[in-house]
Amino acid sequence: MQDGLRIDFDVRLVTIDECGDCVAVFINDFLTSTSHSSPDLCINALFLCDLVYSVCISHSTLDGSSVEMRAIAIGLLHLCLFWFYLCCVFDNVALGRRDMIRAIRACKTAAEERAVVRKECASIRASISENDQDYMHRNLAKLMFIHMLGYPTHFGQMECLKLIASPGFPEKRIGYLGLMLLLDERQEVLMLVTNSIKQDLNHTNQYIVGLALCALGNICSAEMAHDLAPEVERLLQFRDPNIRKKAALCTIRIIKKVPDLAENFINAAAALLKEKHHGVLITGAQLCTDMCKVSTEAHEHFRKKCLDGVVKLLRDLANSPYAPEYDISGITDPLLHIRLLRLLHVLGQGDADASDTMNDVATKTETNKNAGNAILYECVATIMNIEDNGGLRVLAVNILGRFLSSRDNNIRYVALNMLMKAISLDSQAVQRHRATILECVKDPDASIRKRALELVYLLVNESNAKPLTKELVDYLEVSDPEFKGDLTAKICSIVEKFSPEKLWYIDQMVKVLSEAGNYVKDEVWHALIVVITNAPNLHGYTVRALYKAVQNQETLVRVAVWCIGEYGEMLVGNAGMLDVEDPITVTEAEAVDLVETAIKCHTSDLTTQAMCLVALLKLSSRYPSCAKRINDIVLHQKGSLVLELQQRAIEFNSIIGKHGKIRSALVERMPVLDEATYSGRRAGSVPAVVSTSLGTQPKMSNGVAKPTSAPLVDLLDLSSDDVQAPSSSGGDFLHDLLGVDLSPASIGTNNKAPKNGTDALLDLLSVGAPTAQSSSSMLDMLSSEQDNKSCFKFFNDGLLDGFGTSSSVPETSGPSYPSVVAFESGSLKVTFNFSKEPGNPQTTTIEAQFVNKSPDIYSSFVFQAAVPKFLQLHLEPASGSTLPASGNGSITQKLKVSNSQHGKKSLVMRVRINYKAKDKDVLEDGQISNFPHGL
Amino acid sequence: MIHFVLLISRQGKVRLTKWYSPYSQKERTKVIRELSGMILTRAPKLCNFVEWRGYKVVYKRYASLYFCMCIDQDDNELEVLEIIHHFVEILDRYFGSVCELDLIFNFHKDSLVEAAKEQASSISNMIAQATK
Repeated sequence: MQDGLRIDFDVRLVTIDECGDCVAVFINDFLTSTSHSSPDLCINALFLCDLVYSVCISHSTLDGSSVEMRAIAIGLLHLCLFWFYLCCVFDNVALGRRDMIRAIRACKTAAEERAVVRKECASIRASISENDQDYMHRNLAKLMFIHMLGYPTHFGQMECLKLIASPGFPEKRIGYLGLMLLLDERQEVLMLVTNSIKQDLNHTNQYIVGLALCALGNICSAEMAHDLAPEVERLLQFRDPNIRKKAALCTIRIIKKVPDLAENFINAAAALLKEKHHGVLITGAQLCTDMCKVSTEAHEHFRKKCLDGVVKLLRDLANSPYAPEYDISGITDPLLHIRLLRLLHVLGQGDADASDTMNDVATKTETNKNAGNAILYECVATIMNIEDNGGLRVLAVNILGRFLSSRDNNIRYVALNMLMKAISLDSQAVQRHRATILECVKDPDASIRKRALELVYLLVNESNAKPLTKELVDYLEVSDPEFKGDLTAKICSIVEKFSPEKLWYIDQMVKVLSEAGNYVKDEVWHALIVVITNAPNLHGYTVRALYKAVQNQETLVRVAVWCIGEYGEMLVGNAGMLDVEDPITVTEAEAVDLVETAIKCHTSDLTTQAMCLVALLKLSSRYPSCAKRINDIVLHQKGSLVLELQQRAIEFNSIIGKHGKIRSALVERMPVLDEATYSGRRAGSVPAVVSTSLGTQPKMSNGVAKPTSAPLVDLLDLSSDDVQAPSSSGGDFLHDLLGVDLSPASIGTNNKAPKNGTDALLDLLSVGAPTAQSSSSMLDMLSSEQDNKSCFKFFNDGLLDGFGTSSSVPETSGPSYPSVVAFESGSLKVTFNFSKEPGNPQTTTIEAQFVNKSPDIYSSFVFQAAVPKFLQLHLEPASGSTLPASGNGSITQKLKVSNSQHGKKSLVMRVRINYKAKDKDVLEDGQISNFPHGL
Repeated sequence: MIHFVLLISRQGKVRLTKWYSPYSQKERTKVIRELSGMILTRAPKLCNFVEWRGYKVVYKRYASLYFCMCIDQDDNELEVLEIIHHFVEILDRYFGSVCELDLIFNFHKDSLVEAAKEQASSISNMIAQATK
């Protein structure tokens, strides 16, 4: 049976009509049984259907007018498909009887499949090298199948080109199909095909022209666009509308690849808009729209010449009676509608006629079908874009309102989408739909939720922030876990932006964290801590609220533990009660319990556990009665496998056990975090050299009697090399402050016997590579103590034991600062000397000294400086404007700087120096950030 | 513009692909895997649009086959939905009733869509042509 069939059907495609009806019946019968037995063969349809298509076209029976002819054509079409299907199945495989596809499908493992494909590829290659013309297009068809499976098929590319160059339509057809599927615009082989395409574009057979246009439209590269643009331009006026249509599509591709070519097509494109044929009109409208995007000249031209025509077309279309051939669910050609509206979108700015027509379209279009809604949607988009007419815009927003209340999810989605655009034009109108939009945030559909959430975010303003946030926070409880991430991010951002008072902010954040603490980003809880420290009257309230709220949510636990550590006594003592809160009684033991649970919880990560340890250390001082128990918990961590925890535990244990005297001073509250710096850092706008974690050090280096806790905690935390390293990422400093910087700090450093204490301490503070800045700051600190011996001793006594000694180091009486080399280049050196007037710590007098390092004399020497806003700078006249060569003299100039953030921020300055050397203007500039701390 | 068209069966098997923007073979596999994971898991009543890598994917399910088209952010989703529907309708009209086996025709159609590469807009033409 199969053999017979194979022989019978092994005829060339071009002779299909000669096969006649008997074949049809025969095949039909056979196929109904065969095809159902192997239903999965459909994938090989690729080449099959394309051949059929070519048959249809070459017979062009489909365009015939009589009903019988059509019936025959369709029947024939079926036939061809099945016929070719058989060819593929039974005839296609050179190796034996089994067809390749079936073989591939029968493979159980990927390895088997690879083997079959390899074998097939080998046979195809062999066939190619034998130059077997008869089987060429079949081979290529097989190759396309193999390509679809994802195997390399580059060796077939040349065959494609050969097929394209061959004279027959079927070969060309397969060749072009192969070209479009196997190649894309990035392959170099394409250069070889340009000429073939050029010839085919000039072919007398319009179907071949059509094929070539099709292929060009798919794979056209910039070079091809240049070469073939004239042909395509000519084809835009071809007699057959289908060719014109394809040429228009091809042109779109060309002008997208090479926008410069757009000018050549302007007239031809404008002519397309006067067509009757809808297909050409659609493509013409699309072409004009795309041309407007790439060429302003085209835009002007169409605006002047074509606008009326487009409006008229749209009006005729909207008012046209029922037209069966273009009817789609009761509307005449919605696709053309949409294309024309799109074109108006680009052209119709402020055109009264266009507005009228859009009014027509918007009011007359039926809305119970998707097609109608698609038109309305496009219409609204166009109105939003071009209309300044208030009435029409109200109409548009009303349509959106109607969409929004629709039950169809798709319609709601597009409505939300469009409202996002509308909000910039008319936020009042959008606000009216707030309730509905808020409902959409709770929709089960993720796409709608996402849109709605973004819209709500845009809708929030000062007046409605509170109710909206409440809604969102309430919803947080029930929302899907995967949506919580997005939702919390938006809520936090709203709360941060619009919070009227800190109490509300803290309340909302605690709620968010307790609902979705596992989903928020680090910045969020960092920000919360910053806000908490900045609200001294709310400390008690916050710590109690957190204590009540705490549950198993990572970030919530972190914030709570941090606050309990800091404000533990307020928790127990009910200090700073607000009117609104209910009093609670928490014993010290209970507070310690909470931290203990957190540290022992197996889900807590390293950061949380480290924070717990710090909190425990602080609590040991806040709750003296619990010190013993806390010490036990800390001791327990001594066995931790994590170096960081182990190290902290050992250090803290030593502090609790041996250093009761200094402990309370050590674990004082953190200094208030600077909100401005923090938010600035998040925005990345403030120079990173301002290091908040150093904010308290000046007190020490100034010789203020009591050392504050922060720097010591820093010391103890060994919080590693990047404490002072300039860092642009937000929130780092908070890490440092909390002492949770987990870079591997090596204790080993401490054991090396150093030559002097300064170095040792330096090493200690900035394990790893100390940055220039950090070393200078430490140097300053130590040199102001002017007691290297004690430092040495301090070190030798062991780190912790040394504290007692170092705190009793005799302090120098007044502040003094070392001079620094503020700026140095190959030709110039600038040194700053500092002095302060007693009683006015904010103001610093800087004496700048300029030294010329080059052998040339500098004349017209001008020094300029600029400082950030928190500083004020006063420059006094310089001692001269000529700088002798080779350091044989200097210029000095005094600067007075007053620091409004004294004690919080260090000085920073930008300088620019102009001078003339050898009659040439020289400009040097730089930033100075190595000022000693405490200025 | 349409970046690609995918036909995926409910089991996640690809039945037809057509790429209008250049994607390498590797990217194609990745895109298909990503999208089928996203689309096949969506419940039936939800809306037909999915946002993906800054594009939108409009999909519609007919029997066990998902028709997906990837379009730009500011394209008209409803229109694309309509286009998909017509695509299916044409197949249906060609072949009496379309089933997955007839995917053959999808490939055929594919070449028709090629003609309409920019926007599947000229499909309406095809309908016109096919139904004339």
